[in-house]
Amino acid sequence: MLSKRVISCLDVRDGNLAKSVKFVNTKDIGDPVDAARRYYEEGLDELVFYDITASSDNRNIMIDVVSQVASQVFIPFSVGGGLRTVEDCSQVLQAGAEKVNVNTAAVQNPQLISEASRAFGAQCVVLSMDVRAVQPTPEIPSGYEIVIRGGRTPMGLDAIEWAKQGEDLGAGELVVNSIDADGTKEGYELKLTRMIADAVSIPVIASGGGGKPEHLYDVLTEGHADAALVASILHYEEYDIRELKEHLHRRGVKVRMNW
Amino acid sequence: MILIIDYKAGNLTSVKRALDYLEIPNRFVKTGDELRDAEHIIFPGVGHAGTAMTVLKERGFDVALREAFERGTPIMGICVGAQVSLSHSDEGDTPCLNLIEGNCPRFELTDKSLKVPHMGWNAVTVTQPHPILQDLQLGDEFYFVHSYYPKPNDPANIYATCEYEITFPAAIGYKNLFATQFHPEKSGRIGLNILRNFARWNGTV
Repeated sequence: MLSKRVISCLDVRDGNLAKSVKFVNTKDIGDPVDAARRYYEEGLDELVFYDITASSDNRNIMIDVVSQVASQVFIPFSVGGGLRTVEDCSQVLQAGAEKVNVNTAAVQNPQLISEASRAFGAQCVVLSMDVRAVQPTPEIPSGYEIVIRGGRTPMGLDAIEWAKQGEDLGAGELVVNSIDADGTKEGYELKLTRMIADAVSIPVIASGGGGKPEHLYDVLTEGHADAALVASILHYEEYDIRELKEHLHRRGVKVRMNW
Repeated sequence: MILIIDYKAGNLTSVKRALDYLEIPNRFVKTGDELRDAEHIIFPGVGHAGTAMTVLKERGFDVALREAFERGTPIMGICVGAQVSLSHSDEGDTPCLNLIEGNCPRFELTDKSLKVPHMGWNAVTVTQPHPILQDLQLGDEFYFVHSYYPKPNDPANIYATCEYEITFPAAIGYKNLFATQFHPEKSGRIGLNILRNFARWNGTV
C-alpha cells in the first residue's frame, strides 16, 4: 500500500524563502535550498516550490534554486508559480524538478494542462487550486469557488467542477489550497478536501491550515487526502517531520518511517 | 565510470545528479557504439515503452546492450529501463530487449479506490539476497511512478517485491543485469545506497 505523504511547500520570492498568512503579509524567512535540504534529511516525502516573485525578470533566480535543490535533494519535488507555457514547464523540469505545478495560468488557459500532460506525461502535471468558501449559488453549487492571482480574483468557477475538469484535461495530481484556512494553523478544510478527493480519481494534496499533527491525521483519514502539505509549522520549527510522522504512524496511518 | 544511456527519455538528469552527488564518475552516451568498453551501464527512463524501444533501436542500443550483457558488463535498468529489459511490454504491445524472459502487464486492480499510476512511496521486500540490495531493512520505502510492472517468467529472476493490491516484482535480475521498477535516484538516502552498491558491483550474484 502506498504511504500517505507529508509534503512541504516553500514559497520563494527573489530567491528567498517567504511565508504568508492568508496570502498577505509575506515575509522572508531564509534560504529555500537550505530549508529543502534540511527537510529532506529529516524525512520529508516531497517538496513543492512556489515562485511568488512579482517580476518575471527574476525567473532565472528560480531556475537556479531548482537546479541547486536537484543536486542535493533526492526526493520528488514540483515547481510552480508563473508557469504559463509548455516551454516554461520544460525549463523547470530540465533544471531537475520532477513535476510542474500550474494554477492561475491553467484557469486562464486550461489547454496548458492538456499540453503539458501530453508533452511530459500526466504524472508530471500538478494542478494547484486556490479555493474560497462562498454562499452556494447555481453557478457555485458546492459553495467553494476558485480564485486566482494569489486569492485576489474570484472566477465564478465551482471548485469541484474545476477539479474534475483538471483531471479530464490530464492533470496527474491536485493540490487543494483553502484560502480561508491558509496560515491559520486551525486545521485543514476537511469538507472541501473530501468533496474533491471523492470527485476525482487522481491523488489529492490538502493544503492550508495544518497547525498540529492531529490536523494531518484528520485530513488524511476523514478528509480522504493522499498527502498533507505543511508550511509554517516546519518553517518556524514548531514541529519536526519525525514528530508529525510518528503521530500518524502511531494512529495507524501508513507513512514512510525509514529514511 | 558509469555510462548512462541517453535515449531522450525523462529523468536522465536526476540519475546523473545522484551519481554526481555520490562522487561516482559518470557520463551520458548517445549511441550503442560507445558502450563497447563500458565498465558499468545505467539504463534509466520514464515514458512509454514503445517510444523507448524505437529510440533505443535508432541509436543502436538494442544490439549494444545485448553484447554488453553477454560480455558480463554490470547493467542496471530503472523504471522503463527495467521494463524493456524483458521480452515484451503490454504498453503499446511492444517487443522489447529480451535480456530477461517475461512481460510487462498493466495494473488491473479490483479496488477502484487504488489509483493507476502507482505513484508515491511504497515498501519493498527483499525476496532473495542480491549484493545491490544488501543494505535494505524491513520497511524501507522507495519512490514509484508507473502503470506497468515487470513480470519475469522465472520467479528466480525476482529479487524484491512490492504490494499494491497485488504483489508485483520491484527488483529483478539475471546474471550481470539488475533492474528496479522504483526510482533509487528519487528515494532519498536508501535509494542512493542502491546506486552506490551498483557502482561497486562486479556483475556476479
